[in-house]
Amino acid sequence: MEIAWLIPAFPLVGFLLLVLIGRRLGEPVAGWLATIASAGAFIATVITFFSLRGESDHAKRFELVEGFTWINAGDFVVDVGLLLDPLSITMSLFITGIGTLIHLYSIGYMHGDKNFSKFFIYLNLFIASMLLLVLGDNLLLTFLGWEGVGACSYLLISFWFTDEANASAGKKAFVTNRIGDFGFMLAAFFVFVELGSINYDDILSRSSEIDGTVGPFSTSTVIVLLFMLAAAGKSAQLPLYVWLPDAMAGPTPVSALIHAATMVTSGVFLLTRLNPILAEADTWAVGSIAWIGALTGLFAATAAVAQTDIKKVLAYSTVSQLGYLFLAVGIGAYVPALFHMITHAFFKALLFLGSGSVIHGLHDEQDMRRMGGVKKYMPITAFTFIIGWLAIAGVPPFSGFWSKDEILLYAWNADSVGGKGLWAIGLVTALLTAFYMTRQVILTFYGRTRFFDATPEEIKQAWQNRAAKPAESLALMEADRTSIVETMTASQNDIDKYEALLGSPDAPDDLEKLLEKARSINAKARSAIENVTNARDKAAEVANKLEKEMATAIPTTHTVTALSAEPDITAIEEHLPQSYRDRQEYHPHESPWTMTAPLVILAVLATFGGVLNLPFSKDLHFLDHWIEPSLFGNAFHPKFTGSSQIGLAVVAITVGLVGLFAAYQMYYKGKANPDAVEKDILLNAWGLDSSYAAFMGGPGRALFDLMAWFDRTIVDGVVNGIGFVLTKLGSLLKYTQPGYVRSYALGIGAGTVLVAAWFIGRLFI
Amino acid sequence: MIEQLLQVQTDSPEVAWSLIAPLVTLALGGILLITISSLIPSLKDNWFPAAFTAGTAAAAMVFVVDIWDRVSSTGPEFVVANSMSVDQYTVFVTGVICISVFLVSLLFHGYLQREGFSGPEWYVLILMSASGGVLLASAEDLIVTFIGLEILSIAVYVLASLHLRRGESQEAGFKYFLLGALSSALFLYGIALTYGATGSTRLTGISQSGLNERGLSPAVDSSMILVAMALLMVGFAFKVSAVPFHLWTPDVYEGSPSPVVAFMASAVKVAGFAGMLRVFFVGFGPYVEDWRPLLQGLAIASLVVGSLLAIAQSNVKRMLAYSSITHAGFILIGIYAAADPESRSNGGVLGAEAFLFYLLAYTIMVAGTFGVITLIGRRDDGRHSLDDYRGLFKSNPVLAVLMSALLFAQAGIPFTSGFLAKFRVIAAAAQSEAYVLAGVAMLASVVAAVLYLRIVVSMFLVDSPAEADEPDALPSGLSAFPLAGVTAVAIAVVATIALGVLPFGQEILTDAAEAMSAMR
Repeated sequence: MEIAWLIPAFPLVGFLLLVLIGRRLGEPVAGWLATIASAGAFIATVITFFSLRGESDHAKRFELVEGFTWINAGDFVVDVGLLLDPLSITMSLFITGIGTLIHLYSIGYMHGDKNFSKFFIYLNLFIASMLLLVLGDNLLLTFLGWEGVGACSYLLISFWFTDEANASAGKKAFVTNRIGDFGFMLAAFFVFVELGSINYDDILSRSSEIDGTVGPFSTSTVIVLLFMLAAAGKSAQLPLYVWLPDAMAGPTPVSALIHAATMVTSGVFLLTRLNPILAEADTWAVGSIAWIGALTGLFAATAAVAQTDIKKVLAYSTVSQLGYLFLAVGIGAYVPALFHMITHAFFKALLFLGSGSVIHGLHDEQDMRRMGGVKKYMPITAFTFIIGWLAIAGVPPFSGFWSKDEILLYAWNADSVGGKGLWAIGLVTALLTAFYMTRQVILTFYGRTRFFDATPEEIKQAWQNRAAKPAESLALMEADRTSIVETMTASQNDIDKYEALLGSPDAPDDLEKLLEKARSINAKARSAIENVTNARDKAAEVANKLEKEMATAIPTTHTVTALSAEPDITAIEEHLPQSYRDRQEYHPHESPWTMTAPLVILAVLATFGGVLNLPFSKDLHFLDHWIEPSLFGNAFHPKFTGSSQIGLAVVAITVGLVGLFAAYQMYYKGKANPDAVEKDILLNAWGLDSSYAAFMGGPGRALFDLMAWFDRTIVDGVVNGIGFVLTKLGSLLKYTQPGYVRSYALGIGAGTVLVAAWFIGRLFI
Repeated sequence: MIEQLLQVQTDSPEVAWSLIAPLVTLALGGILLITISSLIPSLKDNWFPAAFTAGTAAAAMVFVVDIWDRVSSTGPEFVVANSMSVDQYTVFVTGVICISVFLVSLLFHGYLQREGFSGPEWYVLILMSASGGVLLASAEDLIVTFIGLEILSIAVYVLASLHLRRGESQEAGFKYFLLGALSSALFLYGIALTYGATGSTRLTGISQSGLNERGLSPAVDSSMILVAMALLMVGFAFKVSAVPFHLWTPDVYEGSPSPVVAFMASAVKVAGFAGMLRVFFVGFGPYVEDWRPLLQGLAIASLVVGSLLAIAQSNVKRMLAYSSITHAGFILIGIYAAADPESRSNGGVLGAEAFLFYLLAYTIMVAGTFGVITLIGRRDDGRHSLDDYRGLFKSNPVLAVLMSALLFAQAGIPFTSGFLAKFRVIAAAAQSEAYVLAGVAMLASVVAAVLYLRIVVSMFLVDSPAEADEPDALPSGLSAFPLAGVTAVAIAVVATIALGVLPFGQEILTDAAEAMSAMR
């Protein structure tokens, strides 16, 4: 099994090579090197998988490959080793498998990016960290991987960091995850205190020895709650989900790999790995995992309904599907959780890559309101995306149906934690899932192609351009009129003045002449004013009319309701800005083979992934049998009759089809107004994120200011003060170094006397 | 004595020779080098002396590996009429000294060329000094200890003053010699008193003469042996520059040729500690309660004074001189923990491991650090102020990064050997419940970090002053520096990071530590 070391070694070596020579290799060689490194890890994983499968005895499917002792400090010993068991190998298989496909896809997707090789550096580092996370044989190694994937996620979200939004999305992910990490560390400390070890070997075999209490709770409960916090951070569950929708700022392959298929499942992996501790904890604590998952699933599904960004829909969908995984883990349905994790990795990676292909083909357009009819330009993308849609919507026989159905089936029977409620919530989530995914497919691939339409901004711009000229002439006329009125007033004043002077002794000689002149000016102005006023009124009328027209013509909202007809631009056609004209020259196109090949492979997997664990007979429960040794009998095995199983499946299928049909009626047939469901509150995900922001900006801000003040004044003051004192002390001590040998000899003599005095003193003590 | 030596050699020459092969290799290597260079004068100006010295160190290292295997299976061997002991502890220390010689000889090559010195004397003195260090580490008799100490020291006195153009070098050598002579006199007086009190200079003889609960027996003149211990302790404390016997260190480090400082700070200190440990563990083991608390005092004084004074310096060599005093404090903590009589099995071995690991890690990183200093000292070896390091990253990024790695290691930043070394020492101190000591050590390492960071900041952040027109401006680009020297630094950096990330060789450390604990 020594070959297992190759699994993390491949991407690590790839990473190091790319760091050293990536820039020199350039595009596309750097990408191919990274892809080969990932593929190598996949092959090594497959070999390890088969040799582990070859172990006839189930118990032997739990192997430790020892490396070396990393930290050895008294009782605290940390070995670097790999833990090979069905769980870790299953995770590694889909991490490296999907990882390789996404590497390949990225070669096409990142084409022309100036940081091409840097992208693959991060990608390979991510794969290596993720493998360390799942393969490490102790909590510290897992934590190292945990932080490694977090760092890569941060770097990749803000990969296009010159955009402020991307950079702050990266920071948001980083900060939110710190909350979860805090839980991880505390939990690991508790484990060490209780067991004196953080090796999985000890944790898994001696979990029953965790018998302490923390306040009113048992230690195992506290550990589970803390790990739940960690997992909620990484797997984007309530209330820590907020970073994932923003994480879509990163390149789409990153969203597919890190924020859909692999990293976000590591929270679920961690809880599954620690199933013996979960078995020790109080039922309510473990049950709360299920409830958090169910509520997150429902919550995120409602938000997904109203999103307009193609990736945001998928982001909320991911949060929602991860909710299913939490739900499953919380009721002890580890195998269904893993099953759905795998199928989800297939179809969600497929959907993300498909959306990336669309974005790529439409010149970076992400707004579904501006898509439509893309099917005719991108047939392969459309076809594979549709398969992903059917899989996630729970339509049999696609993979998502089998795995989601299994979770719901287990939930129905999990009576100890309120399984019926969980089942009902899960069912509603399934309905919404079918609905929003159908909506997405229709908006993106069917209907009128809205890509070339003038955008509301462009229309507004055009109207403003058009209104500019009349407004200008109006302003000119107004200015004319003003000057004439001024002349008129001034000449009238002159006339009055001169008339008063008539006959007076100090009248100037040419008074008559002046009076005559003023009168003629006044008369001219009076005759002109009428015409000018009329012209101005006419211009004002034109301008006002245009203003009114503009007010109705410029769309104030941009809901999907207005999408069926092309906006009327006849009046403003020549005023549309350059961006509109440029777009008419674009040709939406299918993506290159490096992008479509992964789509096709994933589509096949998303279609047939269900065979991993078909429910029809015990012999078909491949995944069940395979994972069993990792679960130590802690898995929940509900008893259910065949008829109830079929009944529940029929209900689930029906619900899925209802959602599908509703969306079809609403978006394809236009039978109902989408505005009824696409509420702003849903678009903003119930305002949770903004209320966090409001809190952080309001009372939270005050608290932070206080802390910052404390840090600046007290902490820094103390530190600087210490620094000052130390420097002063150092300068004072400098006088002990005059440079004379005689003073040094004196120092040695004095020291000798001191040392001797100590020893002599020992005589009397 | 000589008769005895001769007699033993004729009795069982084979065993004895092969077990002291590293010592003999180093000494013979020196003699051979000066002989060859005298016979073929053309050899002494080129690469030959450096290669020969490095080769000698490597050959000695081969013997070290071989003897390690032998001693591992047979247990400690006493050779040369039982005046020397060859156990895993000795072998480990010998290996560390060989590493130091190897790295320093690589540094010398480019240095001597730059400074325009020729001749094999520098190398010969290094080899001689190293052989003295090995002797010191393995001596089982105070007379042999003294001989080792003197062989070790006298060569270094000469080396310190060997840069003939620099007045500071002469001054350093002279100061070192005068003060060294004083400390040797005290040491010798301590040997005399020991003999007077116990009737023996053999370490085992000394320890067997006075065994009882309190460590003192009526058979021994207690006041005499206590004063003896005081004087011996002073002699060693001087050699390892523990406060308050450190006063010579900054002046000597500043004045001596930089590669010589690399040797002084590494091999000489290692040998001094090794000798101190053997004499007190074996010879004065029964008096552990008397001398052990003193180590605590020396350690705290070294940590505090070393780290505080380092901040106030502006010369990099002086800074690192004080930093080496701080390191001495850490190593003393290791000995303190290793000597814990309560937990011979637990804290003791942990402390012994910490001590040995610290010696190894410290030797490599300090040799590398002074290696960089050697490289960028410019001609006449005088440009060592903090300002001379400004903007190094801009002109020589590779060198600046290597130096930073070494400085981070000295500061104890994780993923370097320095971190693990400090961590082990502090953990061992905590294990033997010396919490004050552990606390002081942690604070001292924080304060000392300032000094290393000052150098790093100066290298990275500050632009170099306009010195383009300066005649001895630092050449930019790595190829402008001597290859051997750069190689030595690179080896040191790789080893420092490797030891910090992959803590291999734990078994070696444990074996040596157990051999060390068994001496008590």
